[in-house]
Amino acid sequence: MENILAQSAVRLQTNGAPLATASQPVIQLRDIEKVYQTKTIETVALNRVNLTINKGEFVSIMGPSGCGKSTLLSIMGLLDEPTSGVIELDGRPVQSYSDKELAALRNHKIGFVFQSYHLINDLTVLDNVELPLLYRPGVGGKERRERAYAALDKVGLSARTNHFPSQLSGGQRQRVAIARALAGRPEIILADEPTGNLDSVMGEEIMDLLLGLNREDGTTIVMVTHDEQQARRTERLIRFFDGSQVQ
Amino acid sequence: MLLSYLKIAWKVLLRRKFFTFISLFGISFTLMVLLVVAAMFDHLVGAHAPETRLNKMLFVNFMHVRWTSGGNQNSPPSYYLLDRYVRPLKTPEKVAVYSNFHATPSYVGNTRLDLDLKYTDEVFWQVLDFNFHEGKAFGGNEVRAAARVAVINRTTARKYFGTDTGVVGRNIEVNQTNYRVQGVVEDVPAMRFSSYADVWVPLTTSPNDLQRVQLNGDYAAIIQVKSEADIPAVQAEFDQMVKRVPLPDPKNMKYMEMHAEPLLASLSRQLMNPFTNYGSDGLTLLFSILSGIALLFMMLPALNLVNINVSRIMERSSEIGVRKAFGATSRTLIGQFLVENIFLTAIGGLLGLLLAYVALQLIGGSQVLAYAHFELNWRIFGVALLVTLIFGVLSGVYPAFKMSRLQPVQALKGGSK
Repeated sequence: MENILAQSAVRLQTNGAPLATASQPVIQLRDIEKVYQTKTIETVALNRVNLTINKGEFVSIMGPSGCGKSTLLSIMGLLDEPTSGVIELDGRPVQSYSDKELAALRNHKIGFVFQSYHLINDLTVLDNVELPLLYRPGVGGKERRERAYAALDKVGLSARTNHFPSQLSGGQRQRVAIARALAGRPEIILADEPTGNLDSVMGEEIMDLLLGLNREDGTTIVMVTHDEQQARRTERLIRFFDGSQVQ
Repeated sequence: MLLSYLKIAWKVLLRRKFFTFISLFGISFTLMVLLVVAAMFDHLVGAHAPETRLNKMLFVNFMHVRWTSGGNQNSPPSYYLLDRYVRPLKTPEKVAVYSNFHATPSYVGNTRLDLDLKYTDEVFWQVLDFNFHEGKAFGGNEVRAAARVAVINRTTARKYFGTDTGVVGRNIEVNQTNYRVQGVVEDVPAMRFSSYADVWVPLTTSPNDLQRVQLNGDYAAIIQVKSEADIPAVQAEFDQMVKRVPLPDPKNMKYMEMHAEPLLASLSRQLMNPFTNYGSDGLTLLFSILSGIALLFMMLPALNLVNINVSRIMERSSEIGVRKAFGATSRTLIGQFLVENIFLTAIGGLLGLLLAYVALQLIGGSQVLAYAHFELNWRIFGVALLVTLIFGVLSGVYPAFKMSRLQPVQALKGGSK
């Protein structure tokens, strides 16, 4: 656990410059199954999925609604537990990790971007972006502010720091969500249909932003999308159907 | 982090104004009622001037006769009974005897003034700590000589003479009798039955036959002990004395009971007699009933808080999901909701304190209860606030705990916007 966090720290010291990442797996899924069980019905969301995401990759996942894309992303991001199978982050299986250890891992290594933004409406843009750093020991208020400003600057929203999410357009909200994901300087960004609620122009803007993060900072990005055109802009495209990888 | 929690707590309160109002109203209204009741209770039985040394006082307010026919008689004792049997007791330090107060007419020009008159002995002024505005109390010589002297309170002085200063030596007519004012004291609240009156005069000036042999009458006594440790011995001697009192009508009277008790126990014995039938002072029962009512009363805002907190937290499941996704542990989240609840309860508590203060000022100012002066009871405030806080914390933490144990993805789905 500490080693994993230490690796993140080493990466941060490179000041965001892309690293040599050839075939260095950051996320590995082995025989992942996810079954939703109700009293009367059993639904297989993921069926023995094996997948490796390498460092610095920009991978998009496509497939029809209900094929298990988002479930897969949640499991990769440690937001959900698989029914069976092994998840490895940086080569270490995480199944036995406690709530506290998983929280620390999410905090240090992963940033999330959701289709519906999931910004906290009662907090300002700046406070929303600071959120991941709030849970990081040793990061003081001043540093939090500075890093949140830097992240907002990166997404071009430094003029909106004191606005509330309700005062922003959909595209701006998603940029705030991306800034929030960036504030903790994670190695991995998991984006679940980040352009799904946006028009095509705004969608392209967000896509450009993500591509920039991947190319300039070497951030590993896994994106679930319905948009074929956007998916083709990424390095690798994985197609899903009925809980299984088909391509 | 704490600042961030407080910021969001404040926002949540403002966002749901109606629920915040209901919640705060529940907390503050309950606290206010508890504080007002506690202030009245304290006003009735707390150690306040002139009854400042309550811990060294035993009150003899009532005697109780059980008739052979099965009936009961409960009335104040006679002067004869107190003078003949209570005064000579060896263990007390002092015994003061005084009558109950009664409204008596007095006239200022053509205006009628109903003044509450009390007949007392000289010891009355020694065991009670009256604050004299001017003049002094009457002493043993005046009582023995049945001197027509009086002590009056400041309000009476103002009403009768138009001033409360320089009235010593002037005459006041009460009950068609002229008394020379010997002292003016601060007003005593009417709820302090033992010490309260508008006019106090020597009991020897009473038109009634004080030495008439009878058990029941219209008098009471305060027994002052040297130290609290003496109380059991004094009560034991008192109880022995009561057994020796001959019954004037042994054929029809089964027995007579009389007790020397602290003020609260003395009141409780009267109040609780339908349940205890004078078998005990009923204090345990009284406290049980009062605690039960207080608890029930506090349950209302507590249940209200539980309800509001559950819906408040459930509607914030998306926020919980986001916080978990970005590294919040379950403990951190419970901590956040704990801070929010403490914040809400603290605001409710302060409002309650403010409302209680205003209510007590209004009740005191209205003079529904003559010469009442209410004070906030900080101990009751602390206990009530603590209990509300505990309920608030439990009601907030339980749903937060449940929510914090959800997988982040479930929490996120629960609050999708």
